[in-house]
Parts: sequence; C-alpha cells; structure tokens
Amino acid sequence: MPTITVENAEACQTFEIKPGESLLVGSEKCLSRAIPVGCRGGGCGVCKVRIVMGRYDSKRMSKAHICERQADAGYVLACRVYPLSDMRIEVVNQSQAEKACLK
Amino acid sequence: MKKGVMRPGHVQIRVLDLEEAVAHYRDLLGLIEMDRDDQGRAYLKGWTEVDKFSVVLRQADEPGMDFMGFKVLNNTVLEQLESDLTAYGCAVEQIAAGELAGCGRRIRFEVPTGHRFELYAEKEQTGKWGVSNVNPEAWPMDLKGMKATRFDHCLLYGPNVEATYALFRDVLGFDLAEQVIDPEGNRVAAFLTASMKAHDIAFIDCPEPGKFHHASFFLETWESVLRAADLISMTNTSIDIGPTRHGLTHGQTIYFFDPSGNRNEVFCGGDYHYPDHEPVTWKAEDLGKAIFYHDRVLNERFLTVLT
Ligand code: FES
Ligand SMILES: [Fe+2]
Repeated sequence: MPTITVENAEACQTFEIKPGESLLVGSEKCLSRAIPVGCRGGGCGVCKVRIVMGRYDSKRMSKAHICERQADAGYVLACRVYPLSDMRIEVVNQSQAEKACLK
Repeated sequence: MKKGVMRPGHVQIRVLDLEEAVAHYRDLLGLIEMDRDDQGRAYLKGWTEVDKFSVVLRQADEPGMDFMGFKVLNNTVLEQLESDLTAYGCAVEQIAAGELAGCGRRIRFEVPTGHRFELYAEKEQTGKWGVSNVNPEAWPMDLKGMKATRFDHCLLYGPNVEATYALFRDVLGFDLAEQVIDPEGNRVAAFLTASMKAHDIAFIDCPEPGKFHHASFFLETWESVLRAADLISMTNTSIDIGPTRHGLTHGQTIYFFDPSGNRNEVFCGGDYHYPDHEPVTWKAEDLGKAIFYHDRVLNERFLTVLT
C-alpha cells in the first residue's frame, strides 16, 4: 500500500492508501486532518495539494482550480489523484477565511 | 406581486464526465433520462414533472451551473417580462426555440450575483413519466434509486444579494419567503418564491460571483430521505451532511455531491408561503441552527465548498 507523507503538516503526517482510493479519501480514512475535505469530485478546489514526489493516476479536475500552469508545477486536487507509489506531498494553504462566505 | 413566473423549469449543470454524471442523476437520484442532443448534452427529469426535462448535463472543464430557467404562463407574459427586464436595465439575450431540445424560445439575462437565468413559455409536454393522466396509478413501479419526484430549487452564492432580490421581486414578481439578517441589518440570504413553496430560488451572500451551492430535488417523506442516505452509503457517494433538518424552510434534507463535485440535495417537507405572509427571519448569529437545525453549528463546507 502506498505511503503518503505530508511534508508541511504541522506534525509531519503519514498515511496509507488502499487500492482504488484517492489521496483525499485515504487521508480522510486515516483520520488525517492534513488535507481539507470538500466535494471529493474535483469541483471545489478545497483539497489542493502539490506533489513533491511519486507516481499516480488522476481523473479530470476543474480548470477553475487547476490551470495548466499549476498542473505543470505539480498542483493537483487530492480527490482526483490515485497513488501508484509512495508519495510526498505538500498541502496548499488556501486561507479558508478567504474562501468562506458570510464572514 | 405575481408577474406570471410559474416554476423552476430547468437547470443546466456542467460536469467533468458526462456518462459518470448521467449514471449519478439517473441511477442514484432516480431521474428519468429523456434525451441527448447534438451538443452532447443529456436531458433528465423527475418522474412527476409534466414537461420533457428539467436537468441538462453538459460536459465541461469546470463544474458549476450554466443557467437556471423559469417557465412563465404564456408567450404574452414572456414578451411583457422581456420588455420589463430591458426597461430595468438588464441585457437580454435571445435563444432560439430548439436550442434546448423541446424547449421554446428563451430569453437569458444575468443577475447581480453573477448567475444567468432564463425565462421561457413553452416546452414539450411528455406528461408524468410512467403514469397516465387518466386514472393515474400512485407511482410508476420501475423507478430507480432515490426516486426523486421533481427538480425543486437551487441555492446560489454571489455578491449583491440585495440587488438580485430587488430584480426578482420588482421585475419577476417573486416574494421573499425567508431571509437571514446580520447584526448590522444586512440581508445576507434571501429565499424567494414564485409559488406556495418556501423557495423556488435562494441566494446567499459571497464575495465570489456566480457560484453554485446546490440543485435540490423533492422526495415525499422523511423515510425516503433516510432511504436516500442509505443509497448514498451503499454507492460510496460523496456525502456532505445529513439526514437532518434545515431551520430555514424547515425542510428535512440530505446534501451530497455528484461525481464532479456539484452539490445535490434531496429533501421533503418544508414551510409554505402565501403572498400576504411576512418573511420569516433568521438571525445571522444563529446561522448554525438556521442551516442545520439539529447540529446547530455550520460545517465549514456549507460556506466554502462551491462549484
Ligand atoms: S474535495 Fe472538492 S476538489 Fe477535491
Ligand atoms: Fe435547498
């Protein structure tokens, strides 16, 4: 099972991914709080991470959140990424307050 | 005052993968697949709806809502509202009959929250699906999944809720059924109705324009909302929250996501509204209870997870 290391989590976090699970769902199942959970469908952009190292399959992601420039720089939506090897990732700190409405 | 807008008629939703989305709306929600067009769009509806379709799915790079359409009483009303919108200062776009398969002429305009709306008077009527209009049986036997009965409303996020409310009230004749007021007296949410329903369309204040919070579908009973929750688990569908009750409108509800991250709701119950009713007010300080009546706290996702 691929082991994922989150490099910039407050305390360095690792979790394992079961076959067929996305990076986000794997993180959720391990009770890892490292990656924020949103729609789990590549639409909302909440789960954005940067891949530092590792191989993976991916499904389509909203262009509104991952443009080509970002994709080239290794940014992905964790809910659309299916790890094929151990991976090292960085969570992208999008200010939740910035995204939040009614605040 | 009523201006001849009848009901939410359709919503066009952008999805990342059309077939995956069709399977979700058809097999899980239980909508009926009615048609496809040469642009590759898929047309669906709830089985009780008499018009040919209410949900249009379009494959695109970016999930979200393209537009929502309201059906008006007749072509005279359509022409009147067209000139009223123009006089109000809206740029009105003409869309020819047939651009959506089976739909008559549409007029399209953008509201200050950044969402596009349409009005139309005619759509092919195929009747309720699976039951006759004469001596109709209670329900068709071969419905799938949640057996959603109809497309009911959308909740949209954007700036200028007040100006959008004014347009819906003054030009389109909607009533304010429910609202959320912050301590400074600003209206931060407006739930609007053109009917007796607690909402046909709702807006929540948000700095980013044109955002889609959810499209909602009506179920008959609390039992069917619980059954919907079972189906969401059985199919490993992305859940948001519920089953629970809203404070606003008092509907019993569950939120979940389609495979492209667009939020869906199925719900039952809810308050009713007559034109002489005062709007129901929730205080923004109590927004947790207003949105999720049982938990009484908002989850972060309600405010931030949008397409
Ligand atoms: S959780 Fe919404 S894009 Fe990943
Ligand atoms: Fe709703």
